[in-house]
Amino acid sequence: MTSVAAASPRARPGVARRAWAFAKRHALAVYALLAVGYLMLPIAVVILFSFNKPAGRFNYVWEEFTFDNWIDWNAVLGIQNAIVTSIEIGLLATVVATALGTLIAMAIVRHRFVGRGATNLLVFLPMSTPEIVLGASLLTLFLNTTAIFQLGFVTIFIAHVMFIVSFVVVTVKARLIGFDRHLEEAAMDLGANELTTFRKVTLPLIAPAMLAAALLGFALSIDDFVITYFNAGGTQTFPIFVWGIARVAVPPQVNVIASAIFIVAIALALGNVLWQYRSAKRAQGAA
Amino acid sequence: MGSFFHRHGAFTPYLLLAPGILWLAIFFLIPLAFLGYESLQSGLFPDFQFTWELSNFSNGIRDYREQIVRSFVYAGIATIACLVLAYPLVYWIAFRAGPWRNLFLLFIVAPFFVTYLVRTLAWLNILADEGPVVGALRAVHILGPDGRLLATTFAVVSGITYNFFPFMALPLYVSLEQIDPRLLEAAKDLYASSTQAFLRVTLPLSAPGIVAGTLLTFIPAAGDFINAALLGTPGQAMIGNVIQAKFLESLDYPGAASLSFVLMGLILVALLVYARIVGSERLTG
Repeated sequence: MTSVAAASPRARPGVARRAWAFAKRHALAVYALLAVGYLMLPIAVVILFSFNKPAGRFNYVWEEFTFDNWIDWNAVLGIQNAIVTSIEIGLLATVVATALGTLIAMAIVRHRFVGRGATNLLVFLPMSTPEIVLGASLLTLFLNTTAIFQLGFVTIFIAHVMFIVSFVVVTVKARLIGFDRHLEEAAMDLGANELTTFRKVTLPLIAPAMLAAALLGFALSIDDFVITYFNAGGTQTFPIFVWGIARVAVPPQVNVIASAIFIVAIALALGNVLWQYRSAKRAQGAA
Repeated sequence: MGSFFHRHGAFTPYLLLAPGILWLAIFFLIPLAFLGYESLQSGLFPDFQFTWELSNFSNGIRDYREQIVRSFVYAGIATIACLVLAYPLVYWIAFRAGPWRNLFLLFIVAPFFVTYLVRTLAWLNILADEGPVVGALRAVHILGPDGRLLATTFAVVSGITYNFFPFMALPLYVSLEQIDPRLLEAAKDLYASSTQAFLRVTLPLSAPGIVAGTLLTFIPAAGDFINAALLGTPGQAMIGNVIQAKFLESLDYPGAASLSFVLMGLILVALLVYARIVGSERLTG
């Protein structure tokens, strides 16, 4: 802006105006840093209080630094089972939802068929329905079919696949739209059958999108409280465990687990960014 | 298998769709039908009968009007707060952050990596009566000597704002990031001031992001019950708290089911009103 204005003699900005522009530009940067501080504050508190040695039952006031909570992370009854259950359900639901969602995305992007609009709508609806309604409606299904479904691990798994599928479809669809079909045609021209083409050409090309979808799905699953709460029965995932104990007193071990999940997630996100950056560079080098 | 696909090409999309769509049909659509069936029942747990009990709806709206109105007011305030807080941040990331863009995007999504309940509980620490924020506000007499932040409307609304902030910021970023900087240069060349360029070029071009962010924030916020449960009192109860308590504590399934539909119906009405205001092509496009 300044360079354009300075080049034209008619609009030479005065010192005051330039100072004002300078202040404005930096005001925005200062605001951005403050906003990031606001976003990071509760995360910092969670991590900080995982190292606290609370005086009483309540972990609200900073007392003393200690590593004990990290060493005895499973010292609280039920916390280990809860996090193991969360990881098991997260992995299972992610694998199933990624497979189902990728197939739907392939059908929507690559085929014209009767019912395509309805399919898009059915995929979109669960994402735009409040979680509490998703959880409550599934609960009424399970309550009315107790001969088939007992609330517990299986019903949580079913619920998680249901709400993750839509996110997988959206993520993989975005990647498939920019996909060069000529690559597959070339493979077929060179004598590969459909299965080989899929395995050797299609799959490697959409693998990054599937991985991103799976990471997102796992993150959604391990964090979900509302839908799980309605359909868990007596089974405890980590968020259900936190909800139960929040009414009494939250032990610092809860902060330890949450911090550990955060650190792993950040590491994976950074890894994903680096991987995409490197494959983009390699593609540039090859071209 | 390959030759099967060749000969029956028309079936291929349906084969691909079948497993996922069946899952969604059985575990999303059919449950909604069950919820509708449940909402028209009468009786007491566990003996409910289907009696076309439409009065569940009118009774629910009459008895819980306060919580219903509160949900939409809280969700509305939180959505506006998210927009006002997120826009300058995301604007800076899209136009000024240069090579730091991805790092700052990671900062925006980072709260999602901390379990929802735990990051909400962290606000208990921050806003606690013995905490630094309350202490500072008391010292400068914004709060009285017994003034609190916890268990207030402020705590609940700011909890909702914090928890749904990324839902507003990410679509905003996508729409701002797509704006061609040459358009802004063109506006300047045509003697637009920075304010005019912002109001006439940047803001209209970011409208799809504002619309998407508003929807993604408002819908889950209106159905939320965690912030009110952890940071508020029964005086801040939202419709989600009522539905949750009826389903899982007082076992009044018909009442809970009918209120779920009231919530969905009111969200739909809110969306239609919003569509009238911003123009329906922006909502779907």
